[in-house]
Amino acid sequence: MTTLEFSHVSRVYRVRGAGALRALADVSFTLESGRTIALVGQSGSGKSTIAKILTQLEAPSSGEILLDGHPIPHRGRALRRYRQTVRMVFQDPFASLNPYHTVRHHLERPLRLDHVVPRREIDAEVTRLLDRVRLDPVLADRNPHELSGGQRQRVAIARALASRPKLLIADEPVSMLDVSIRLGVLNLLAELQRESNLGVLYITHDLATARHFSDEIMVLNRGVVVERGPADRVILEPEHEYTRRLRDASPNPDLLFGATRAEEAGR
Amino acid sequence: MTDQTLLTIDDIDVVYDVDPPVHAVRGVSLRLERGEILGLAGESGCGKTTLAYAIQRLLRPPAVISAGGVIFHDRDGDDIDITALGTDALRRFRWDKVSMVFQGAMNALNPVKNIGSQLEDVFLTHRPEMSRAERRAQCAELLEIVQVGRDRLRSYPHELSGGMRQRVMIAMALALKPQLMIMDEPTTALDVLIQREILQQISELRSRFGFSVIFITHDLPLLLEISDRIAIMKAGEIVELDTPANIYRGARHEYTRTLLSSFPSLTGDRGGFLRTGEAR
Repeated sequence: MTTLEFSHVSRVYRVRGAGALRALADVSFTLESGRTIALVGQSGSGKSTIAKILTQLEAPSSGEILLDGHPIPHRGRALRRYRQTVRMVFQDPFASLNPYHTVRHHLERPLRLDHVVPRREIDAEVTRLLDRVRLDPVLADRNPHELSGGQRQRVAIARALASRPKLLIADEPVSMLDVSIRLGVLNLLAELQRESNLGVLYITHDLATARHFSDEIMVLNRGVVVERGPADRVILEPEHEYTRRLRDASPNPDLLFGATRAEEAGR
Repeated sequence: MTDQTLLTIDDIDVVYDVDPPVHAVRGVSLRLERGEILGLAGESGCGKTTLAYAIQRLLRPPAVISAGGVIFHDRDGDDIDITALGTDALRRFRWDKVSMVFQGAMNALNPVKNIGSQLEDVFLTHRPEMSRAERRAQCAELLEIVQVGRDRLRSYPHELSGGMRQRVMIAMALALKPQLMIMDEPTTALDVLIQREILQQISELRSRFGFSVIFITHDLPLLLEISDRIAIMKAGEIVELDTPANIYRGARHEYTRTLLSSFPSLTGDRGGFLRTGEAR
């Protein structure tokens, strides 16, 4: 069981001429193996600041982040171990893969750097990783530009899994993909989450997928968590006015046409 | 054709003349009514933007309209064959009769010119007879109409939020009171609250000025809410064209059903969705 505790974290940016901008204010939550938390909110609400702090790209102004009770290290081997445990899937699969390198290269690097398997088993491990994300192993020797957006994001997911992490931060993992393949990639993430008992932080502005994908939803507004709770409850019976506004602004044709698609199909 | 028809697209083909040629739009026929909001849905590469460009003859080589025609039924009774317009006539036609809010348009504003002068450019080009004072007054009014406010005339793009810049682009598209406004993913980069405000605004402006809208997006749930009719496009063809209610309740084409099921319901059942952590 791995737990990552985000404890009373604040982040203030100094803005020239405008004083201080409070991007996060006293945010606390715990990410643990086997559970998925969705983080939702408008642009500028602080979602990505949380991701940056979790991946150690930014330091908090105050508060602390504890992995299994220990503060996260800032350098050296300990930081590498942290990064092996907490992995990230980025939004844009067109930007997150190096166009000069093959799929194999992208997957081998974490395997070598983190000594995941003995050297002679690396090839087999690459095949296994591609298999896990439902990609044909022949794609290993292709370059990113030869792959579709959905295939690239699967490679990015395989790369994140290569180091056998315990926790996964997925920042808008499907918003750049074509709509008809989004569900497939999210379902793949859900299956992988179960297989490896991962803890997942799903960062999104899409309330519908947040509701169906996650156990719990956290709603962020201007750096403050205004509501959190079981996913269905937060969307179906929001307690905070801001959550209600977000929900009511989201397209919801089911409401307009009176019945859910499932009911229609049953008739 | 009725008096209410604004645009007739007749069996149009667009080909990207490369080797081998890419057939981007295949035999699309469509009649757009006056004041109608037509949603055009489809995924990247399906030809929806190419079709929108073809309607205004905005295509550049190697793209060519290889067959078919587009007739614009002007409100004063003239029928304009867009595919036959010469350079000058085309220049007068564009923006005056049909304007467009381009994808990512809010990032297309010139960063070193203020909002007012960029709006004024529209009048300088298309209404050269207007006096400076008239132009200024028109620009101020436009910013009022889209609720950015006249006090923003002298603001630069970086001083406005994404939503405000998109409203400025709508003001620009509205400037010459066109009869058709084509909007290509106008709210895709904005979050849901701002998106909702802009959609409401488009709907109010449509009622007030009576223009038609072709609204292009991959977001089918959104189109179901705002459109009078929806065209579903796939591989260059319109595979289904119907009212939102009919598409929602009884989509005939399999691809339409695939698109519909790609969006999980916000408040309804889960559909094909797997939840993490849940035992199967």
